[in-house]
Parts: sequence; structure tokens; C-alpha cells
Amino acid sequence: MTSTTSHIPRFDSLQVGDTLPALELEPVSRLMLALYCGASGDHNPIHVDIDFARSAGQADVFAHGMLSMAWLGRLLTNWVPPSALRSYGVRFAAITHVGDRVRCEGRVTEKFEAGGERRVRLELSTVDQDGQVKLTGDAVVALP
Amino acid sequence: MIDRSFIGHTLPAFDVRVEAGRLRFFAKATGQTDPLYVDEEAARAAGLPGLLVPPTFLFCLEMDAPDPAAIRNLLGMDYRKLLHGEQQFTYHAPAHAGDTLRFEQRIEDIYDKKGGALEFVVRRTQVHNQNDARVAELRTVTVLRNA
Repeated sequence: MTSTTSHIPRFDSLQVGDTLPALELEPVSRLMLALYCGASGDHNPIHVDIDFARSAGQADVFAHGMLSMAWLGRLLTNWVPPSALRSYGVRFAAITHVGDRVRCEGRVTEKFEAGGERRVRLELSTVDQDGQVKLTGDAVVALP
Repeated sequence: MIDRSFIGHTLPAFDVRVEAGRLRFFAKATGQTDPLYVDEEAARAAGLPGLLVPPTFLFCLEMDAPDPAAIRNLLGMDYRKLLHGEQQFTYHAPAHAGDTLRFEQRIEDIYDKKGGALEFVVRRTQVHNQNDARVAELRTVTVLRNA
């Protein structure tokens, strides 16, 4: 796989409404959640310990919101290097469950200049196999 | 109800070193295969001082605080009732493996909705690197379900 820095999109070639290449993930597995638990340092047991999850009134463990935010971050950094990112935020709208197939999507909503740079604003989301929106967000990216 | 007098409370600053091995583990966990996040030679060949820190990893480093439960304990919040509501990052400079980042956390707001059934804690965290350059600002909204 090549690195991201060789094919940065050009500001002039983008239009409002353009979409980013979507990122489709494998179904959420317990292994994914265990790996993310260790790698992220987020050891909240509700994501990996079904006994704890049940004690909290949940039927099963569920994915870290920040794992989905990391996947959406991959959508961004597949498109531009992280040095081009000016801001990135999400709202966690619904829980992502074990077995869900997550798709990350992005769309250009605004082209503008700020801080002496040409920037675009992106609307972001993750949706599951039924089209339910799990995360909504936005990002601002500086482009050449 | 969470004590509103903690609005404006700042926590002791702490430093976290960005480790290459941890970044490779994070890349594996998030399916990131771009060599700039996992291969130190590739990163250096691209002119970077070390492996790239991906956009959300600053949140993970923030959890490497000496006591990651400090705010939860300070405000008396039960793990079982907590949800992550929102997360925002504002980026000022890239971070790489080998950096030592300083985190300064402040409780910016506490408020409730639905007659107190939901309480919200807003935290703002400033991140600087070892050269005292601004790296990022994090804004985290935690939701406490009282109902």
C-alpha cells in the first residue's frame, strides 16, 4: 500500500457535493474490540466484558465510539495527510453493535479561505448495514 | 446531581511520551496499513521525525494520565452510566513518535437536560509538545444517564 501524501486532492478540482472514497469495514468483532481496548488505553469494561455490560443493563458489549471515530479518521487520512487536518469532530448518535458492518462516508459541504489557506469543510458519517447513522461529524481540511 | 462548582476546575498537567510500538498497535487495532503509521523507515524516508500520530490518537494519549479516572472520581460519576457524547479535535501541529506531549485539562461546563435525567460534562484539553508548540485542543462531552 502506498502512503497518503502522493495524491492529495487539489482545492480547485473539488466541488461542493463531491464525495470521498467510502471506507467499508469488516463486521465488528469481539477481537476488534479487544485490540482497540488494549491499543487505545480505553479499558472501560463495557466494551469487552459481557458480564459487566449485562450488569450495566446492556444485552452485550458494544463498540467504542472512538473506534468508529478512528475509522472515520482513516477515511480522512486516506484522502489527505494528517498535517492537512485543521479540525475533526463527531457526535456519537447511536451505539455500534457486535456484527455491525460499518461504512464511513464523507462529502464536501463548503469551500472557503481562512488563516491564509484554502480549506474545505466535510460532512462525515458512519452508517451500518441497515443504513442507521451511528456517528455524524465534520472536518476542515487545508488543500493545495 | 454533579456539583456545578467544578465548572472551571483545572486538573494537574501531565506529560505523555508518544511510543512507536503503541502507534503500531493502534494501527493494527484500527486497520491502518499506510506505512507512515507503522514503518519507521518509511516515515523517515518521507521526511518525518517519526511515525505519524493518527487524528484521534491524542484522545488515547490523554487517557495515559497518571490517574485516568481522576475526573470521573472527582465528579462522582459511575462508569456504568457514562456515555461518550461528542468528541472534537482542533489541530495546530502534527505529532510524531518520540514527542513528549503535555496535557492540560479543564472542566469547561456541566449542565443537564430532561429534568436532570441526563447530565453533561464538557472537558477541554490543551496539548503542547516538548518545544512548547501548540499541537491540538480536545473537547470531550461525557453524558451521565441518571434515569
